[in-house]
Amino acid sequence: MKRIYCLAALAVLFASTSAAPAIDVAPAGAAACSGCHPMSRAVETPFTRLTGRNPADIVTATQEFRTGQRPATVMGRLAKGFTDDEIKAIAAWYAAQKE
Amino acid sequence: MTRHHVSRRDFLKRTTASAAAVTISAPAIAEGAPGRVVVVGGGFAGATCARALKRINPRISVTLVEASHAFTACPFSNNVIAGLRELKAQQFDYKRIEGSGIEVTFEPATRIDTDARTVVLSDVARVPYDRLVLAPGIDIRWDGLSGYTEAAAERMPHAWRAGEQTLLLRKQLESMEDGGLVVISAPANPFRCPPGPYERASLIAHYLKTRKPKSKILILDAKDAFSKQSLFLAAWKELYPDLIEWVPLSKGGRVTSVDPSTNTLTTEFGSHKAAVANVIPPQKAAHIAAVVGAANKTGWCPIDPVTFESKLQENIHVIGDASIAGGMPKSAFAANSQAKACAAALAKLLAGEKPEEPKLINTCYSLVAPDYGISVAGVYEPRNGQLTDVKGAGGVSPANAPRSARQLEANFANGWFKTITEEVFG
Ligand SMILES: Cc1cc2nc3c(=O)[nH]c(=O)nc-3n(C[C@H](O)[C@H](O)[C@H](O)COP(=O)(O)OP(=O)(O)OC[C@H]3O[C@@H](n4cnc5c(N)ncnc54)[C@H](O)[C@@H]3O)c2cc1C
Ligand code: HEC
Repeated sequence: MKRIYCLAALAVLFASTSAAPAIDVAPAGAAACSGCHPMSRAVETPFTRLTGRNPADIVTATQEFRTGQRPATVMGRLAKGFTDDEIKAIAAWYAAQKE
Repeated sequence: MTRHHVSRRDFLKRTTASAAAVTISAPAIAEGAPGRVVVVGGGFAGATCARALKRINPRISVTLVEASHAFTACPFSNNVIAGLRELKAQQFDYKRIEGSGIEVTFEPATRIDTDARTVVLSDVARVPYDRLVLAPGIDIRWDGLSGYTEAAAERMPHAWRAGEQTLLLRKQLESMEDGGLVVISAPANPFRCPPGPYERASLIAHYLKTRKPKSKILILDAKDAFSKQSLFLAAWKELYPDLIEWVPLSKGGRVTSVDPSTNTLTTEFGSHKAAVANVIPPQKAAHIAAVVGAANKTGWCPIDPVTFESKLQENIHVIGDASIAGGMPKSAFAANSQAKACAAALAKLLAGEKPEEPKLINTCYSLVAPDYGISVAGVYEPRNGQLTDVKGAGGVSPANAPRSARQLEANFANGWFKTITEEVFG
């Protein structure tokens, strides 16, 4: 009985705080970009960082990769798998990420 | 143990303040509780998933159950075999993961009590879960190739799980005399890292070309086609003429038995006595998957493409090499991508929300030489119950690319390993 009481109290606690920090689930596809473009500053790689960037730049670049206007080793092949709406959502999400 | 991220004093203060609400109804409890997730296997899939979950919702309690204190990565282990890199560069520990609010338990999971939703560890310690993530990688099918036993692997290494096996194969190549025959046996699909055997042949050829130029590599294959085939074949012609011979299934390439006492591999067409034999045997999802009943008769685990939940076991999600992920290959890149999508789905499910349809990426870089990289890429989404290639996207590096593009891709390959290992273990 006591245990149930505790669980219920915990539930209240979490229910009351859960409204504040919403669950930050990245839009479809966004999490896959960080397989190459690092989220962390601690790593030095030839891939650019997408975090904290102007979203319009990411959208434009991706569109140009898709048409082949912008030269690429791999981004052309990847960009073709995303719609404009998807890329806009991904770019907005990265723009809002600190690190 | 930082299960709830709330100090006891805070907890008491706040619960007293809201004591009137303690008669809350049962469904609200389910909604408010952040939940407990246990991840079994701390490789590319499991460690990524544990971290991604904590990042999405720090209130979820996450326990990572991993058999070993040190992880040895397979990607770039072919460089170790070819003497281009040391095994140390492949090894990672779990300190940073432990430091990010995840409880790491270094014991193998031996059994899972699905009724009690509890993972049973070797010393009978138990870890309860609301949702379980299985990310145990592969096991060798020791009954899959006649003569290929665990003892045989000490003479004819597979080197398909990185570590001692990797060093053993390297040592055998180093002590081989010039003019020796290296035989690589490649398995039928599906198996871990589809371009891996051919990258390995390439980098061994790179080593032999300068050190032991009279030697030869014979690839005996249980398939008629392989990943990035035309790129590999063209590059071999250019870089290693007459050094590598590939024998496909239809030309008698399938190895039917091996004999470690004579280092001989036998196909339907004849026998090959090797100076160095690298047997890449048939594989299956690691043992625990079968123990819990998440693997089907193929040996791999069928999953839902949105949540990665097992089609055979409720509340158990399978990611990485152990899963049947539709069009996605068994790669570290895919494992990492699946893990992040699975974490997002779990966070939603635990909050009582509907998971969104994910979109995933895979890219496998292969080195044909240290400065010659090629890749295969794909974008995937759930369609008809499977993770399916998005049409018009993906594919392999162009056939007619200049050497400068191969050099660029070799740089990106190295960069990829740094990015991914930083995200997983850094
Ligand atoms: C030679 C070679 C080259 C490769 N190159 C590349 C490459 O360039 N790019 C790429 O993307 N992929 C590459 N791969 C593939 C890549 O290594 C795998 O796809 C990847 O490791 C799969 O990740 P995973 O998490 O599913 O399994 P793993 O990384 O194997 O992790 C599984 C973990 O689970 C643990 N475990 C298993 N059972 C239990 C249990 N019962 N209890 C507790 N812990 C358990 C294991 O100890 C292990 O740490 C390569 C593979 C090989 C062999
Ligand atoms: C397999 C590795 C890989 C993945 C995954 C990847 N990229 Fe890239 N990206 C590259 C490479 C490499 C370049 C440089 C151009 C080239 O050679 O293709 C690049 C360049 C870019 C650029 C232009 C440079 C810059 O920073 O402005 C953008 C924008 C970009 N990628 C966005 C994305 C987005 C969005 C995703 C996820 C949907 C993504 N990338 C996933 C490898 C990757």
